[in-house]
Amino acid sequence: MNVYSAIADPTRRKILELLAERGPLPAAAIARQFQISPPAVSQHLKTLREANLVVVEKRAQQRIYSINTGAMHDLEVWAGRMAQLWKQRFDAIDEILAAEKQKTAVGTSPEAASPE
Amino acid sequence: MNSGTSNLVINEELREIIMTRTFDAPRELVYRVWTDVQYIPRWWGPREYKTVVEKNDVQPGGLWRFIQYDPKSNEFAFNGEYRLVEPPEKLVYTFDYEGNPGHIIVETVTFEEKDGQTIVTSIDRFQTMDDLHGMLEAGMEKGATDSYERLTELLREVQRVR
Repeated sequence: MNVYSAIADPTRRKILELLAERGPLPAAAIARQFQISPPAVSQHLKTLREANLVVVEKRAQQRIYSINTGAMHDLEVWAGRMAQLWKQRFDAIDEILAAEKQKTAVGTSPEAASPE
Repeated sequence: MNSGTSNLVINEELREIIMTRTFDAPRELVYRVWTDVQYIPRWWGPREYKTVVEKNDVQPGGLWRFIQYDPKSNEFAFNGEYRLVEPPEKLVYTFDYEGNPGHIIVETVTFEEKDGQTIVTSIDRFQTMDDLHGMLEAGMEKGATDSYERLTELLREVQRVR
């Protein structure tokens, strides 16, 4: 599964964000949003297509790109879940540490207890 | 590197996800909160779940088993084995969800002290991509949504491993 490497690239992440925010867009409109050359953008779109992260539809002379939400699902669920769990854990640890430091501060000299 | 911010990194080839966080506390204390059964139920599980530590033998080869109860009293058990214990610097242990056993994750946690703060880095490594998918299918489908908003959020969180 090369979904992960496909979104590891910042330009490709920007393309996905753009499609997420604006909906389906023709290749030319996507290319206009970037400083890099249109062929370079095309290459990124190809990578995203091969990773099944975007789908393309030919309409007259245009190629319209949109996000493939189905393929994003696994990655989103996994990374989202892990990030959320770890954030919760870290936040909870923060609270415990604050409480423990408070406890330690009581009974020690004011100097040692004073905040920086 | 502010205290309170976490960072998520996904590394596909190594099948790892890496989380870091800086805590405003000395390393010994952070390590103690991480390993002491007195503290584990207060941080390990999701907030709305109750976590019970059945055992936690923090030494190489020592076993751990934690049980979570959701608000409806459904039970979810997890277990593993400590592989490396170097207080207060490093821990390596396995992680297996008993609801879908055999998809073992190896978790490596390092505690690094810097200017009185502690940087914790946790690396979750799946044995295979199949294990990753097995984990996904393990009935933890909470939060499954294809909303564009969440997708955008996720993309901002994901960063390349150098």
